Amino acid sequence: MKPKVATIWLGGCSGCHMSFLDLDERLIDLADKIDLVYSPIADVKEFPRDVDVTLVEGAIASFEHEELARLIRRNSRFVVSFGDCAVTGNVTAMRNSLDLDDVLHRSYVELADTTPRVPRDYPTIAELMKQARPLHEYITVDAFIHGCPPTADQIWSAVTELLAGKKPELTHVFLRYG
Amino acid sequence: MAIVTLTIDGEQLSAQDNESLLEIARQHKIEIPTLCHLDGLSDVGACRLCLLEIEGSNKLAPACTTRPMEGMVVHTNTEKLKKYRRMIVALLASEGNHQCSVCMVNNHCELQNLAYDTGLLYVRVPYLYPNKVTDASHESFIIDRDRCVLCTRCVRVCHEVEGAHVWDIAGRGIDCTIVADLNVPWGSAESCTSCGKCVLVCPTGALVKKGESVAEMEKHTDFLKYIVTARRKGEWISIENEEE
Amino acid sequence: MTVEDLQELAEQEQQRQEKFTNRLMYCAAAGCVSCGSINVRDMLKKALAEKNLAATVEVVGTGCMGLCGEGPLVKVLPEGTLYQRVDETVARKIVEEHLVTKTPVKDNEIDTSHPFFAEQMKIVLENCGRIDAEKIEEYIAVEGYAALARVVTEMQPAEVVEEVRKSGLRGRGGAGYSTGLKWGIVRKVQSDTKYVVCNADEGDPGAFMDRSVLEGDPHRILEGMAIAGYAVGAQQGYIYVRAEYPLAIERLRLAIKQAERLGLLGNRIFDSQFNFRIDLRIGAGAFVCGEETALIRSIEGRRGRPRPRPPYPSEKGLWGMPTLLNNVETYANIAPIIRKGSTWFAAIGTPKSTGTKVFALAGKIRNTGLIEVPMGISLRKIVFDIGGGTPEGTEFKAAQTGGPSGGCIPAAHLDVPVDYESLSSVGSIMGSGGMIVMDSTSNMVDVAKYFMDFCKDESCGKCIPCRVGTVHIHGLLERIAQGKATTNDLPLLEELCMMVKETSLCGLGQSAPNPVLSTLRFFRNEYEELLQEPATFVPSGTDTPPTTH
Ligand SMILES: Cc1cc2nc3c(=O)[nH]c(=O)nc-3n(C[C@H](O)[C@H](O)[C@H](O)COP(=O)(O)O)c2cc1C
Ligand code: SF4
Ligand code: SF4
Ligand code: SF4
Ligand code: FES
Repeated sequence: MKPKVATIWLGGCSGCHMSFLDLDERLIDLADKIDLVYSPIADVKEFPRDVDVTLVEGAIASFEHEELARLIRRNSRFVVSFGDCAVTGNVTAMRNSLDLDDVLHRSYVELADTTPRVPRDYPTIAELMKQARPLHEYITVDAFIHGCPPTADQIWSAVTELLAGKKPELTHVFLRYG
Repeated sequence: MAIVTLTIDGEQLSAQDNESLLEIARQHKIEIPTLCHLDGLSDVGACRLCLLEIEGSNKLAPACTTRPMEGMVVHTNTEKLKKYRRMIVALLASEGNHQCSVCMVNNHCELQNLAYDTGLLYVRVPYLYPNKVTDASHESFIIDRDRCVLCTRCVRVCHEVEGAHVWDIAGRGIDCTIVADLNVPWGSAESCTSCGKCVLVCPTGALVKKGESVAEMEKHTDFLKYIVTARRKGEWISIENEEE
Repeated sequence: MTVEDLQELAEQEQQRQEKFTNRLMYCAAAGCVSCGSINVRDMLKKALAEKNLAATVEVVGTGCMGLCGEGPLVKVLPEGTLYQRVDETVARKIVEEHLVTKTPVKDNEIDTSHPFFAEQMKIVLENCGRIDAEKIEEYIAVEGYAALARVVTEMQPAEVVEEVRKSGLRGRGGAGYSTGLKWGIVRKVQSDTKYVVCNADEGDPGAFMDRSVLEGDPHRILEGMAIAGYAVGAQQGYIYVRAEYPLAIERLRLAIKQAERLGLLGNRIFDSQFNFRIDLRIGAGAFVCGEETALIRSIEGRRGRPRPRPPYPSEKGLWGMPTLLNNVETYANIAPIIRKGSTWFAAIGTPKSTGTKVFALAGKIRNTGLIEVPMGISLRKIVFDIGGGTPEGTEFKAAQTGGPSGGCIPAAHLDVPVDYESLSSVGSIMGSGGMIVMDSTSNMVDVAKYFMDFCKDESCGKCIPCRVGTVHIHGLLERIAQGKATTNDLPLLEELCMMVKETSLCGLGQSAPNPVLSTLRFFRNEYEELLQEPATFVPSGTDTPPTTH
């Protein structure tokens, strides 16, 4: 049976996933080796159980993210912080020292081109937490892929090692912030 | 002054007893991580990254302020030291707001390099995300306190080399901040000669030139070497007249 | 002033005191003043006047008498009867009944054969409760400045150092370094200018040992410092005292003026070549300014931040000059050592910890206050005999010594002798003399959190481990206390503590983790009870509801 892999997009810009797509022809190679059971690039509604490796992009920025993180932890053998926002909070966390209401007002009212309105007023949109924080502050994380975004080579190296059942050896070359 | 022999990481060396262990080690290509130390400035022993184990002593000693003694046996890279250095870098990372991807010194940053050298995979302590003031009131420079690691190199270079003493520290503990004059915006600090030395010696993206964009700025500190050759080896500067 | 003049002054004062049939000593230290001893004084005087005793009975304000929890205290001399909880009514009774009808006021009389008094031994505090701190004559009448006279006129500096060394006296400021050795080092350094500094910063929360000496017997410190100045070859002394001690500052100022007036400080002391002056320096109350290198910078008018040692102050101290720096209580022991000899002193206490130690006894204990005990006394004796044990219905749990730098000693170690080495063998320290007793109602995680909160606020911020590490240790303790931490957090807590302890620049950071480490050592279960298991992978089928945190 092929290992089950999931990727998920939380409080990030999707850049890490874009970088994932930069694997280019290696993606085809990867597709043979794994079963992609959940991902923003695959159309699956529920986060499945018994996932072997889950890559988490983005910081925990909303209460929904926090709940998802716990679900991911329960359902995955290996959880990987995927990219600087998941590892450090990074750009997503730049709002942390500011007041949330001020930030929302600035973004959605002052800087709005049309229909200025704070999205918080829509019940379907997740309630933001006061601060966006790294994944490992909520759940135990098994491995880290750094970078904003991580390069395709970094991702490839980490993923191949994970699939071989190892924690990725983060040598100097691949340990990089920013 | 006398010549002493000592052992560093198994290597037998002889050295002058008024040199620091850091200088001696570096002369022999033994690398010890540092942050607050900068060749040409007085040493304050504050960052604790250069700590060493000395046989027969139960205390770790900073390489930058410790002098050699006859027969001293020094270890610079034990498992314990490696672990503590990694934790120190983690504490620094947690203390500020470091978004490397949007930082002017990205890829040219001493804090980043320390994180790589010490193998800092992630920061185990919760990030503090402090609220710090960025000051762009100076015509040529910016101080972005989110990136400041409080190494006091700027304070020392301004006092000891430029002689202007613009910078100092206000507050204590986690609330320490670098302030200009009596805590005025940098642009209105009358003592500032706009020489830019502080910007060059700053190890991070805390002090930067205006007009640079992300990952563009590289710092060069070798200028200090030329300025201060005349005061080598404790002639003018020594730990006693260190000022901050 | 000559030695004979001093003698004469002493005799005059003794005669003056003997003219009174009684002396009513009321405690004028901060504790008793705050519960009304000034009103008591006024009432005593008023009642004496009414009974026409004003000319034959003297009312004297003294330093701390020790049993602060039972104040205001009044002692009647020459009988030595001690009264507790004296209010204006009792004050009147003391005059009308004790003095006039010769019947002691039974309800307020304290049994001075009680272990609280019997187990104590007063050297440092010998004059507290015995003399008026504001009168130099009273100090001189009890052999004050006799040691200085002897040293200056009869002894060589090296002999003084040797005498102090032989006494075995160790620094009372916390670290317990041999005072004689320190004096010897400063004496041997060649320099025209040297300084003697008294560390009266006393920043430990709840500590008031030094303050009691400064307020109750300021001349003793001046004398000790002058002797030190003679021994090490210094002509100038500084007392660094915190601004929060206004009464101590006032008394010290007065004492210095009095001593200068009599020529006991200044030029050609006792007609010798020895000149010595003392000035005060007022600290703004930062705990870290008690650390010697920070204190020195603060006296120099710079920011009070520690620097790495060596060089030690004994080689390069104030303005780069060799500087002798000792604690208040250390100086307070000097005059008696000279007067009575090092052999007498060395016989008190244990071989390695000689003399006595003053403690501020506080917390869940019946008799709170200031005590002085011989070194080596068991903790049990202090807590149960002197302190009278924990309040009704509770059980002794631990004693905290050394304040924010110290640790908690559990009941299992109640028999530990109170000396430098034994206390550190059970994970605590002698410290400067804080002792807080905790009973079964005390929560050890909260205790650790309290002290860490103090240290993080007092960190000077110079070095990274202390500046940031203490904040995280405090945060972790908070999380643990709130039940939000997981079993992963305990190893992290321990690693952080060890790291801050081993890598910090000065004693503040190096000892800040001690309260956590010592409570972890003896009360680990109190931490563990508060932890949750972190969530982990749960394969389908083996479904148990995951624990969340
Ligand atoms: C953070 C810190 C605070 C200190 N506070 C005091 C103090 O308030 N009083 C004191 O006498 N020593 C204090 N010390 C100890 C002094 O640095 C120094 O060791 C002592 O005053 C030496 O005197 P001694 O040898 O008589 O004990 C402190 C040390 C540290 C590290
Ligand atoms: S100063 Fe260095 S570590 Fe901080 S954000 Fe900039 S590049 Fe990153
Ligand atoms: S501004 Fe730069 S040089 Fe100055 S203390 Fe901060 S990090 Fe160091
Ligand atoms: S240990 Fe704390 S108080 Fe001492 S120098 Fe470091 S930061 Fe300052
Ligand atoms: S380089 Fe030595 S302590 Fe910073």
